[in-house]
Amino acid sequence: MPFEPAITDLEQLKNHPAVAKLIAWNSSAVEGAKFDRDEMSIYVERSLIRDACILLRDDADCPFNFLADVTCVDWFPSEPRFEVVYHLLSIPKKERVRLKVRLDSGSPALDSVTLVWPAANYFEREVYDLFGVRFAGHPYLRRLLMPEDWEGYPLRKDYPVEGYR
Amino acid sequence: MAHLSPMPALEPGQDRTMILNMGPHHPSTHGVLRLILEIDGENIVRIMPDIGYLHTGIEKTCEAKFYQQVVPLTDRIDYLCPLTNNLCYVLAVEKLLGLEIPPKAQWMRVMLNELTRINSHLVWLGTHALDIGAMTVFLYCFREREDILRLFEMVSGQRMMTSYFRIGGLALEPPMGFFERVRDFAKRFPSKVDEYENLLTGNPIWGMRTKGVARITAEDAVALGASGPTLRGSGVDFDLRRDMPYSSYEKFKFKVPVSPDGDVFARYACRVAEMRESIAIVQQAVDGMPDGPIKAVAPKVILPDREMMKTQMEALIYHFKIITEGFAVPAGEVYQAVESPRGEMGYYVVSDGTAKPYRVHMRAACLANLQALPSMCEGRLLADVVAAIGSIDIVLGEIDR
Repeated sequence: MPFEPAITDLEQLKNHPAVAKLIAWNSSAVEGAKFDRDEMSIYVERSLIRDACILLRDDADCPFNFLADVTCVDWFPSEPRFEVVYHLLSIPKKERVRLKVRLDSGSPALDSVTLVWPAANYFEREVYDLFGVRFAGHPYLRRLLMPEDWEGYPLRKDYPVEGYR
Repeated sequence: MAHLSPMPALEPGQDRTMILNMGPHHPSTHGVLRLILEIDGENIVRIMPDIGYLHTGIEKTCEAKFYQQVVPLTDRIDYLCPLTNNLCYVLAVEKLLGLEIPPKAQWMRVMLNELTRINSHLVWLGTHALDIGAMTVFLYCFREREDILRLFEMVSGQRMMTSYFRIGGLALEPPMGFFERVRDFAKRFPSKVDEYENLLTGNPIWGMRTKGVARITAEDAVALGASGPTLRGSGVDFDLRRDMPYSSYEKFKFKVPVSPDGDVFARYACRVAEMRESIAIVQQAVDGMPDGPIKAVAPKVILPDREMMKTQMEALIYHFKIITEGFAVPAGEVYQAVESPRGEMGYYVVSDGTAKPYRVHMRAACLANLQALPSMCEGRLLADVVAAIGSIDIVLGEIDR
């Protein structure tokens, strides 16, 4: 199954239900979109992520009621450095969508979605623990996997794979 | 949803409640899970799981390996279902590469995955029953598990860390006599499930320890990200194998067991019924196993056969290049989810166009299921915590990665 090249033109993707829904709600919410290998990614404006999640969760046509995963990708040394990635699943409609938020390296922070899905609790703690991205409004933002007194964020690209630090 | 909010740190110095530390070295926590329990007499006020004791940095290690070198690492994540991890990872990379997998390889993958599911459920059933006090079941379960491990050893050379799937297909042709052994096992196994059920399902002590214990509603389970039997035990009819099929699961006929009660017994009933469905899938796979190659046609990605490598110059060159430099994967990202014995296992693989993955992230079903533990147990008795941990089928290797 050789794949089609990725579509990154927002104009062509406006008919996708999740993109259409977000644009109809707030035209500045969607920064971009990508349809690649049958998977839809939507770049969401940083300050609107929580409201965008609420909108998609409560959508009557295709409710994305299940937060499958939250993670992060570090694109060091380019800017914006971090991409926080949300994988949403609609259990009734069997659809998936990926939301992405780009963050600068200065002091990476964005709103927590624990109020939208309590499932985000551990996922966001893990991202904080391993990437140092802060989630405003998270009820208990502490390290999850690493020891409490650990210095540095192991999954950042400028953190060495080997060697004591 | 106030009761779903995670609790703040427990504060010492009050006189009504006391803090009890359970684990990390406690036999009923199935690994190195530490629970900080705040108890009032024998009632649980709050639970705070503390994890990370088994964190080995697999995600970081993956970034320093070639794509094919990551496969053995995935075995170590959820060590009770290594083949499911292998499958999820290779499916994600194959989706990035755009490879087409021949039918025989797909059917072998389905068959081995269902055997793995039975294997994992047998360990769960044995240890879960042992925790609650039914000791005999453990010995029965491990008897059948031994048969499955022998099948794995036969096909891959390893009992537990199989690494049998390769990007683009399978590592080896299944050996002679393998399918007869599988068929023989598939014939025997349903009667063995009857034996386990004879010991437990109608047993009044088992019923008292499990029925109505550690309840969770469907809304809470979905909101907390629970998946697999933990979700289906609360009445949500969702199974990735049927609803979002992968690796030709759409060609198999099976039922998805669902129980509406949301308690420990409902999750037990789901898993036991799943074992029966899994063995039916194994039977179908063995009966209808297609003929043909076990590897896709992609000489730059898949190692050539030894025979070809030793007789053809081109094959030798490809072999050398794959081993020394790996193979480049087109830039992009993929999230592939499969139904593991514990729920939705997802691999998020990001490629930047080189021979090493830029980022590999595993969505651990257990990590999300563990978040449901506090809302299952709070307000209930201390002894029920052990039943609740067993019922979400926890594997710490997957949680901590």
